Amino acid sequence: MSEGHHAVTKIHLAIAQIKPTKGHYETNLQRVADLFSQLEEELPHTDVLVLPETVLSGYFLEGGVREVARPAETVYADLLRLYRERVHRSEACLDIVLGFYELWDGRYYNSALYATLAAPSSAVEPGLKHVHRKFFLPTYGVFDEKRFVSRGRTFRAFDTRFGRAAILICEDIWHSVSSTIVALKGAQILYIPSASPGREFTGKNVGNIAHYNILLPAIASEHGIWVVYAGLVGFEGGKGFTGSSQVVDPWGQSLVIGSDREECIVTATIDREDVAIARATSPLLADLEANLGDVVAELDVAAQRVHRE
Amino acid sequence: MQQERQRLPIICAKPLTAETEDILQINAPLLADWLVAFLQDEIVRRRGFHQAVVGISGGVDSSLVAFLLAKALGPKNVLGIRMPYKTSSQESLDHAALVAEVTGICMETIPITDAVDGYLKYAPDADPRRRGNVMARMRMIVLFDQSQKLGTLPVGTGNKSERLLGYFTWHADDSPPINPLGDLYKTQVWQLARYVGVPEVIVNKPASADLIVGQTDEGDFGISYQKADRILYFLLRGYPPARLLEMGFTEEEVKLVKGRLDSTHWKRHLPTTAMISSTSINDYYLRPVDY
Repeated sequence: MSEGHHAVTKIHLAIAQIKPTKGHYETNLQRVADLFSQLEEELPHTDVLVLPETVLSGYFLEGGVREVARPAETVYADLLRLYRERVHRSEACLDIVLGFYELWDGRYYNSALYATLAAPSSAVEPGLKHVHRKFFLPTYGVFDEKRFVSRGRTFRAFDTRFGRAAILICEDIWHSVSSTIVALKGAQILYIPSASPGREFTGKNVGNIAHYNILLPAIASEHGIWVVYAGLVGFEGGKGFTGSSQVVDPWGQSLVIGSDREECIVTATIDREDVAIARATSPLLADLEANLGDVVAELDVAAQRVHRE
Repeated sequence: MQQERQRLPIICAKPLTAETEDILQINAPLLADWLVAFLQDEIVRRRGFHQAVVGISGGVDSSLVAFLLAKALGPKNVLGIRMPYKTSSQESLDHAALVAEVTGICMETIPITDAVDGYLKYAPDADPRRRGNVMARMRMIVLFDQSQKLGTLPVGTGNKSERLLGYFTWHADDSPPINPLGDLYKTQVWQLARYVGVPEVIVNKPASADLIVGQTDEGDFGISYQKADRILYFLLRGYPPARLLEMGFTEEEVKLVKGRLDSTHWKRHLPTTAMISSTSINDYYLRPVDY
């Protein structure tokens, strides 16, 4: 019997949920640098560090967005410089997913980047691999994003050292179509940086977390993908973010979950092989692919109706 | 032979009614922890203070805030201040003392009688409403000044029901910069107070501003908090008044609550400023409170 493939399939994830200092890019960047040091000391095998939405500034900035937004290339350069200052192993390397307010092409966005950081002597090539710009901007109730940032226009999957991945930000995943698109585009790991303010204290969990606890397993099990959720914590003007960073396997089981209000690092070692195993048991994505032509045709009909009305 | 007809059991969804339970039910342990985290974050982490000042009336709102602050900052870092006027009831003073005893917070008493009467000498025609407003504003002068002395902040105790009904003195009860109770209806305050251990004698007594002898909130409103909170709950969620009548609330009840709600929006806002530029503060120049 064949041994099968020999590729490394295990990925060591660390999700850091932190309370950013409001509006202070440099201070928050140093918090990330402190994380580099802590991971190097305590979790040196970490492959991917995942941080929440708007972690370099805090979330509710209103017009302050224009003061803290940075080009993705600047954020990447700052992260690489700090990584090399803090981590001195010759072969050191770390992938990072991080949410920030972005200045791009003359506009502001609520974005998240995926980058590889590496020591100068590392065999791994550092680089900025992908930027996702939040597609669905919540603008209702406590949210006012459309007023202050522009919306992204694409859902992309991209290749990483650890397989094909995608990033969606917060409300992006409240629409099931977003995760469906990136799964169809081949993503096997979905990273979700988020900043979700707590509201409704009637049930076992804070209301918005109860909803995420429905959404995340539903996404993972429908498409047979790993879901990695990073939630901001801390209060901003009375609105408290609910953390609860977690990793959900392709069957929809949550493997680990962070505090709903305190800073912490949540870790999990995941196996990319589980994607194939889960999909063999529950081939929903394949069923969707097989019927995609009709689905797209129906979407076209629905879109015509929406546009007509 | 005729076969007996089969009948299936019928399971009905309950419609929303004026009596529907649970709509204002809170998960008290979860919410208490959340509000303690809120106080720690807003007072210590964001603003760098380690102490807080709170006016203790002997009522359930300020008692609950005292309990939450004691947990958040440690009781010795909380100064509760009793500010009686000469007509304040002895029971209120006793209940305030009981809160200090049970929580272990520090307590001072600063009567406002001389200050209030000093002004009212020049306003002998002031009716009870004006006199109540003067007392409420005087208490804020004391709270802010005592906070300044300690280099810290006063914490507010106004609840969502009184904010929505406009049952407070503008720029007095609502002026402390941090308020853990402002999004809790009064009936939710009672639930949370019971959970954190506010003495039953305080939770169970009729709510009163204690500005006039024998005054109660519900007497002033003409409706109970139980009813008013439910009506507010549905109105704020967007239900039109007709739906509330369907649920079993009376027209008078809905009219009374909606009338108070609609006529007091101004009390929940900062003063109206004439806008003359495209950088008008809070119109164009928008920065959050903690930026």
